[in-house]
Amino acid sequence: MLQIRDLKKSFTEPDGGDLPILDIEAFDLAAGEQMALVGRSGCGKSTLLHVISGISRPDSGKVKIGEWDITLFTEPECDRFRAEQIGYVFQTFNLLPGFSALENVLLGMRFAGGRIDRARAKDLLDRVGLSHRMTHKPTQLSVGEQQRVSVARGLANRPKLLLADEPTANVDSGHQQQVVDLLRGVCREENVGLIVVTHTPEVANQFERIDNLEEINRAVVVA
Amino acid sequence: MSLWKIAWRSIQQRAVASALTAFAMGLGVALVVAVLVIYGVIDKSFRRGSQGYDLIVGAKGSSLQLVLNTVFHIGESPQPIPYSFYEKLNRGDFGTAVDTVVPVCMGHDYKGAPVIATIPDMFDRLRYLNDQRYEFVEGGRNFRMKAPFEAVVGSMAAQKTGLKVGDTFEPTHGGAAAQEPDDGKGHHHKVKVVGILKHTGTPNDQAIFMNIEGFYQFGCHTGGPTRAEQLLNAKPAQPKPEPPPKPKRQGILPGLAPEPAEEHGHEEHAHADHAAEHEHAEHVHGVPMDQRRVSAILVCTNQDERSRLGMALPDIINNGPVAQAVFPAKEIHQLFERIIGNIQLVLLILASVVVVVAGVGILVSIYNSMSDRRHEIAIMRALGANRMIVGTVILLEAILLSLGGGLFGVLLGHGLVGILGPTIAAHTGVMVSAWQFQTNELMLIPSLIILASIVGYLPAASAYRTDVAKSLTAGQ
Ligand SMILES: Nc1ncnc2c1ncn2[C@@H]1O[C@H](COP(=O)(O)OP(=O)(O)O)[C@@H](O)[C@H]1O
Ligand SMILES: [Mg+2]
Repeated sequence: MLQIRDLKKSFTEPDGGDLPILDIEAFDLAAGEQMALVGRSGCGKSTLLHVISGISRPDSGKVKIGEWDITLFTEPECDRFRAEQIGYVFQTFNLLPGFSALENVLLGMRFAGGRIDRARAKDLLDRVGLSHRMTHKPTQLSVGEQQRVSVARGLANRPKLLLADEPTANVDSGHQQQVVDLLRGVCREENVGLIVVTHTPEVANQFERIDNLEEINRAVVVA
Repeated sequence: MSLWKIAWRSIQQRAVASALTAFAMGLGVALVVAVLVIYGVIDKSFRRGSQGYDLIVGAKGSSLQLVLNTVFHIGESPQPIPYSFYEKLNRGDFGTAVDTVVPVCMGHDYKGAPVIATIPDMFDRLRYLNDQRYEFVEGGRNFRMKAPFEAVVGSMAAQKTGLKVGDTFEPTHGGAAAQEPDDGKGHHHKVKVVGILKHTGTPNDQAIFMNIEGFYQFGCHTGGPTRAEQLLNAKPAQPKPEPPPKPKRQGILPGLAPEPAEEHGHEEHAHADHAAEHEHAEHVHGVPMDQRRVSAILVCTNQDERSRLGMALPDIINNGPVAQAVFPAKEIHQLFERIIGNIQLVLLILASVVVVVAGVGILVSIYNSMSDRRHEIAIMRALGANRMIVGTVILLEAILLSLGGGLFGVLLGHGLVGILGPTIAAHTGVMVSAWQFQTNELMLIPSLIILASIVGYLPAASAYRTDVAKSLTAGQ
């Protein structure tokens, strides 16, 4: 379902030189497959997720999701594709502070073309155990609860792929497992591919597939 | 969830800063509204006063003073002109050129309300505004020619003086400085109120109108306005002798009117027998016809005759030595364009500057919060919002703030007008309701939207250009 070939991405350094960040020959994910992506800080995990979701453009290579190569899309097409096909969960402060939990979920639907399915939004919040917190603002929720809202929002548009960038980094260990279970459970139910970036071995070890980006990414200079 | 709602949530999230910027905008808009409404009312009241007659004939001098005094009862009474002008216009050589001729004598007042001596035609034949008839409050009627000491009272004047139908009062010479030794209390005959005029929204609401016949019978032996007599005596050379160049002027218009300009000069001799011919028999009780004066004459020219004699009438009068004919509508228009219009323009510009400054306040407020917003914008982009959407949300936020502030300003401005209303009514005779909207207030909506779009552009462009990848990782 996800196929990456000969991906290269570099940033321009302040002195004008090229700083290669990603150089990946092949990276694949089957439909509904779940994996953990590990690697030390700065090895390009977040950048890889940005490229997969079309937030950042690679310098060269192919990023195929389903039958579409998103590197061929224009920027607005990429945005639209991301809204419809890719869910995103970040580390913390994921939610828009001015909006209630329910509104945050609805917002994800809004950008996918205005098909707003309130029933699904409520159902998702119910499934992450927050049916009693729908009208709460993010500041009125614990970090763990906020991450559960993020998971619900990431799945709002029935994406093919959910990208989670260190989703448990700021969640206390008691609630960490809850968030991981939720991610895995809902993705399994909806047959959504899942890539979880994590530094936490207990989280990573629960996945059958664990990729270390340092090994895949040829741009990483081994220190 | 609409983009408006997203923008609104963003405003709510910064409630205090948003409220303050909107409030500043409201103050500016309130000023604009107050200027628009108050000047709209002043404009209307000035233009209103000019209707019902198209010419004012009065003494030579400042045409504006003549109009202000005759129409708005403002300022010093002009010098009087001989009554014979009225006679001549009414029945004499110009009888066919005019529809209605109404003489007025000014210079008296009662408890601060001007008392104007005139004839019943003032209300029977003249109309106001868009051809509306004067009407009287239940139980009242117009004064009658045959009853010299009857009067009717304008609606505001009735409030001011407390006069009711059946009351009597004694007019006094206007102005404290005009108190003469022989003008003691009880000097004048009592005048009886027979009617209260319904509110017209014209300056006539401010005045009391009495029968000109009674006026001429007032004990002041000088006849007519005493001040006028003083003026005439003080400058005897002006109205009475025939100035030498006159025959020349007359020659310019030989065919139109045989001798009107000529006759003005020696009317006092020529007029005695003329006056005796008609039915104003009461004059024997007061000032003899040949000593009567009027402050001004209101003339409706005859529409059918306008092309001929009516058209020439102002020229003929103006070419004479004593009187002038002015078009009140033209004078008022010029006054408005030259002075009042300019003041309004200056005030409007000042108020607009306040609005623009408030707009810049919105710009600064949103722009300052952009660094806080980067992360939110990046999240929206990650959720699939494109650049246009995040830019538009910022723009809508600026528009909501200025329109919200503007709405508050409109309410505040009208509230202000409501508070000032009684004062305006007292000075202009025009009732200003707080909710009297001016059509040009509608211009505020597009203006505010344009202003907001201009001030919102900078932060919107900044939102549009946000580097999502950088802003997402910056938060982590
Ligand atoms: N916009 C950028 N410009 C230049 N360098 C960047 C930029 N974003 C990230 N980097 C660099 O790219 C490398 C990878 O970053 P990132 O993908 O965030 O790593 P990880 O998520 O694995 O910690 C880091 O060395 C970082 O400094
Ligand atoms: Mg990272």
